[in-house]
Formats: sequence, C-alpha cells, structure tokens
Amino acid sequence: MSKNAEKKGRKKRVNYFATPYTLSNALKEGGTATKISLLVMGAANIAHKQIVKGLLFLALEIAYFAYMIKIGFGCLAMLPSLGDKASEKVWNEAKGIYEYTAGDQSILILLYGIIAIAITVLFVLLWRASVTSGYKAQYLSERKMHVNNFIEDVKDLFNGNLHKMLMALPLTGILAFTVLPLIFMITMAFTNYSKVDDHLTLFDWVGLANFAKVLNFKDSIGQTFWSVLGWTIIWAVFATGLNYIFGMILGIVINRKGTRCKAFWRFCFVLSIAVPQFVSLLIMRTCLQPEGAVNVLLKNMGIINESLPFFTNATWARVTVIIINCWVGIPYTLLQVTGILQNIPAELYEAARVDGANAVVTFFKITLPYMLFVTTPYLITQFTGNVNNFNVIFLLSGGSPTPVGSTAGKTDLLVTWLYKLTIDQQYYNLGAVIGILTFVVLAIVALVTYRNTGSYKNEEGFM
Amino acid sequence: MRKKETASVKTRRFIANTVVHICLAALAIVWLFPIFWVILTSFRGEKGSYVSSFFPKTYTLDNYKRLFTDTSILNFPQMFMNTLIIACFCAVISTFFILATSYCLSRLRFKMRKPFMNVAMVLGLFPGFMSMVAVYYILKAIGLSEGSMIRVALVLVYTAGSGIGFQISKGFFDTIPKSLDEAAFIDGATKFQVFTKVTLPLSKPTIVYTVLTSFMAPWLDFIFAKVICRADAKYYTVSIGLWKMLEKEYIDSWYTCFAAGAVLVSIPIAILFVCMQNCYVEGMAGAVKG
Repeated sequence: MSKNAEKKGRKKRVNYFATPYTLSNALKEGGTATKISLLVMGAANIAHKQIVKGLLFLALEIAYFAYMIKIGFGCLAMLPSLGDKASEKVWNEAKGIYEYTAGDQSILILLYGIIAIAITVLFVLLWRASVTSGYKAQYLSERKMHVNNFIEDVKDLFNGNLHKMLMALPLTGILAFTVLPLIFMITMAFTNYSKVDDHLTLFDWVGLANFAKVLNFKDSIGQTFWSVLGWTIIWAVFATGLNYIFGMILGIVINRKGTRCKAFWRFCFVLSIAVPQFVSLLIMRTCLQPEGAVNVLLKNMGIINESLPFFTNATWARVTVIIINCWVGIPYTLLQVTGILQNIPAELYEAARVDGANAVVTFFKITLPYMLFVTTPYLITQFTGNVNNFNVIFLLSGGSPTPVGSTAGKTDLLVTWLYKLTIDQQYYNLGAVIGILTFVVLAIVALVTYRNTGSYKNEEGFM
Repeated sequence: MRKKETASVKTRRFIANTVVHICLAALAIVWLFPIFWVILTSFRGEKGSYVSSFFPKTYTLDNYKRLFTDTSILNFPQMFMNTLIIACFCAVISTFFILATSYCLSRLRFKMRKPFMNVAMVLGLFPGFMSMVAVYYILKAIGLSEGSMIRVALVLVYTAGSGIGFQISKGFFDTIPKSLDEAAFIDGATKFQVFTKVTLPLSKPTIVYTVLTSFMAPWLDFIFAKVICRADAKYYTVSIGLWKMLEKEYIDSWYTCFAAGAVLVSIPIAILFVCMQNCYVEGMAGAVKG
C-alpha cells in the first residue's frame, strides 16, 4: 500500500512516465496510422506531422532488416550447430600447391550469433518505442494538444529527456564492453571450447557437461575446483578480517589523544598505497625468492642456514600471501575508517571508563560493534574484492607452489585459476564455468550478509 | 597524596605513549621498507637480482640512463609515451561517462534508474577478468586488434565500462542541495544548464578525483594490456614493460633498471595520490560543509 503510494508520488513528479502512451493502449485505441506503424515504423509519426522522427524510425527499421537479410539470419542459422565445416587441405592443380579452404570458426559464429540476437532485442525495444511514440502523437493531435516537432524534440534532450542524452554513450559502452562479453563468456560455459580433443576452432554445445565436470569430486578438475574454492574462501575471510581489524586498531592508535604527529604517521602508511601495486608486489616477489634478497641477507647474517621456502612450501606460501596482503590492505582500511572512528560518540567511551573498562574491553564492546554496524556494506565490498583479488596472488606467488600435473597451484584463487585455464591452458569452457561459479558464491555471500544486516539494523543497537 | 597519584598517572601515560610511538615507528619502517628498497636498488651499481649486502657497494645513475637510451630490447620511452597518450584519452572519456551517469542517477528521475543501479551491482560481482577473452574477440571482430588500432582498443577497454563506477560521484552529487537546482529552474534554466552551470562548478573535488583515478588506470593495469597487445612490443604500456624486465631472460641485466622504472612511474602517481587524498576526503564529506 505504502509502496504503491510512494510509487505514485514518484511518478507524479516524473509525470512523463505515468503516461497513457503504453503499448497496450496503442494496440487497443490506436488509429489506422498507429496500426500501420506496427509494421511500418514511424508511419504514425509521419501522419501526425513528426516527419523527421518518423523517417528516422523508418530508416532504422530498413537498416535492421537489411542487416538481418544480409548477415543476421545467416548468423542465427549457424548458431545451433556452431559450424561443422573443418578447414581442409585441397590440392590446387593450376598452381600446383596445397591450399587450405576456409573452415568454420565456431567462436566467430557464436559471437556474431549473439550480436545478432542482441541487435534483435534492441530492435524490439526500438519497435515498441516507435509504436508508443506514434500513439502519443495521435493521442495529442486528437485532443488538439501540441505535438512536438523535431527541433523541440532535440531541445527536450537537454531538458526533460536529459538522461537519454547523457546516458546514451556510457550505456552503449557498458552494453558493448561489459554486458556483451559477459554473455558471450557465459555461453562458452555450455560448449566444449577447449584444447581437449582439438576443439579450438570447431566446437559444439554440450549443455551442462562442464558444470558436472567441475563440480564432480571424482574428476581431477573437480577436485582442484573444490580445493581452490576452499582456499579462496579461507583467503577472503582472513584477508578481509585481518585487514579490517588491524587497520582499525592502527586507526585507533593513531587517533588516540596521546599520539603526536598524527598526519605524519598517516602519511607513512598511505605512501605505500601511492606506489603502484604491481611495483611493490613484484619487488616483494623477487625479494622473497629462494635466492632473493631476504634469504641471502638472512643467510649472510647467519640467522638461517637454508633458504626459507616463502613460495615453495604450500603453508609458507599461504601465510606469506596473507601477511603481504595485510601490508597492501591495512592503509586502505586506515583511510576508510579514520573518519568513522571520529564519529563514535565520546560519551560511550567515557561511560565505559567510569565503569572501569580497559582498552581491550572498550575495543570489543564499543568500537568493534559500532564499526561493524556502520561498515558492513564496506566489508561486503572488501570480501568480494578479495575473492576477486587477482593482482596480489598473480603478482606475488603466481599461484605457486604448483603440484605436478595440476592446473592450479596451492595459492591460486578461483580468479587466478580462471586466468591460467583460459590464457595458459586454453580451457575456455572450464574458465567460463569457474567465472560463473565465482559469481554464484559471491551472490550467495552478498545476499546472506545483506539479509543479516537488515535484521541487525532493526535492533538499532547504536542509533 | 593526590599529587603522588597524578604523578603516577603521568608516568603511566608517558610509558604508554612511548610504547605506542615505538610501535608506530616500527610499523612505519615495515611499511616504508619496500619503497626504500626500490629506491636503493635503482641506484645500485651491481647488476642482477642477486644481492649480497643490504646497501649497494657502488652507487650509479646508469640505470636511469640505460632506461632511456637502451631501446633495442625494451623501449621504455615509447612505452611511456604509449601509456601517457592512452591515459590522457582515458581521463577525458571516463570522466565524462562517470559524471554523466552519476548525475543522471543522482538528480534525474526516470523509469530505468533503479533497474540500472541494480544491474550495475550484479555486474560488479562477476570477476573482471572473466570476460577478457571475449573482449579480445570483440575487438578483433571490429578490427581493433592489429597495429596502431591497439591503442584505440586499450582506450576503449579502459573507458567503455566506466559508467558502472558511478557510486562515489553519485554520493557526492547527492549531497549538493536540491534547492540550488530549483532556484536555477525558476530562473528558466534547462536541466542541462543546471548540470553544467550549477552542479559541475560545485563538484571540483569529485571531478578531480574522477580525472585522477581514470588517468591512473592505464598505468596500473597490465592484464588487459597484456592480452590485447599480445606480442606487439611497439604498443606495450609501462606496466607490461616493467613486468617483462622481471622475466627470466631479462631479470639479470634489467633488474636494477626495473627499479629505476618503478621509481619513475611511482613518483607522479604518488604526487597525484597525495594531492588526491584531500579531494578524496572532501569528496566523501560532501559538497556543503557545516
């Protein structure tokens, strides 16, 4: 009820959208010209003196059909089979050489097919827009109201329809370079596009077989998947939790009354963010190699006799990447929490001091609950960021140590494994499956946490 | 009696403060150590990644010189120019995309507003590298994967999706009072005029922040650059170049040059970052103070 009212209230302000110009009204009450415009886009606009607009619709319709007849239908027809003509060696009598015939390339067929479908979806939207726009012109002229001419329409792009003008380019960019590739990649998960059995040029749809393979405990890929997933979650929990807690403690220590040169200390830590991540991480990687600077210096000082196995022993490697991630992440937390820490009501601390609580108790009973309450959304973003934390793992350990014969190393996350599978090993289909599963894991975590935040908010512990 | 108590409180506070400052100093050394190490290495006279002592035995400027003169294998000046050109284009295009999107989402009310924001959140949950291969094929299909078009391709890759990163500037626009817009409307301004003449002049911190982050993106990314440039060394960006210097075949002769290059790339970014920090804090704090 209240939601409805709110909706109405919003629509009233927007007003152009609570319109009678809907597709169903156009079908029910549209005149002849509107009916014609169902087939010939723009007819109704032309009939009601919006000639330029009508011609634009018509031109777009002609362009769409020209594209579909020339290319589009062919692409769509190839989509179910993904092509089956292999490239062959043919003896050319005239030239006396072997020539290769152009075979089908499944990946291009898939891409063009998806583009054709996307263009068709866009065309349906355009068709709907043209019918409603034609009906609007009819509706207005029937009631002797003003029908915008083309110049007024263009002017309206800078005022009432400003969002259409401003969003057009960014939206195109997102659709073409984020959404389209994503759909393209998701469809790859249902094919056998990989170097297995030489399916790099010609491949077929295989349904859910790849998912079955990755989720299967008995398959070698499946076993790798579950162990990598386990490590990814451990990593994300530790990386997020340690950064959060230590970043906060550091923030508290810097902000406490007795500390001098607050700005200087903050600057020291923030400077490490200012150095590009790939530089600092690559430096640490070279320093921590078996013959790297750290080991050599420790040996020269006589502290150790053998090189410490920073990236050659699984446990060492895992602890090392988590600790170095603290080095990377704590300054970010420091920046984020400093402002919020200062907002904690001072009365809470004073009351605690009167009750004789020491620093540790105050931290766990006041600071941490308050911060958790305020920064849960930030924590969720951090967690997602860490699950997808490609840079730290890839630059630091590169996933090593890698057991012989395995596609993933002991410190590989799902994302770095995805990278290795696609770029190094050319298992494009499995890479896509892992991408989708990563998304599923993140979506579950995000949903569960958001729901818990909701119930947490209802308690209104600190408000 | 009372005096004695305050004195003991004072000594306790003094001890606590000293401990805190010592801890902070130790931590600061840990955090600054790698940076210090890079700078030391960039002046190191001995070649190679193998070191036998903490401080270099000889100091030299040759590493910097070599970076700009030895262009036969790894052409650092060209990489630098490539990155600079790409970064400039990115800064302009991304800033426009981000500001336009966040203004629309913050100030204008239209049917697709909520759905767009939800879709943007869902898209953010997919691993960014997942679509890398697909992006490459799309660029190939529209003929941007060869020759000098690689630069265009890189600009496209860094900017096209930037509209999704609207949150920070949207948050900033949200804090600009609506009454300013309404006053302008009464004076007969169109929404576009309000955007360019009222909102943007008030949004300097967030504009600076957006420009700087967009400008920095090409310097920091090397995964997409690597996939798109493949073996075409002429179009490498700085980050691929530095990455190459640490590969097995180059590391022995290029390690110290890598450090020099790293210092050169870090200095401008560090300066930008320190300047940006204020804008970042202001951008978070909102437009109108008090």
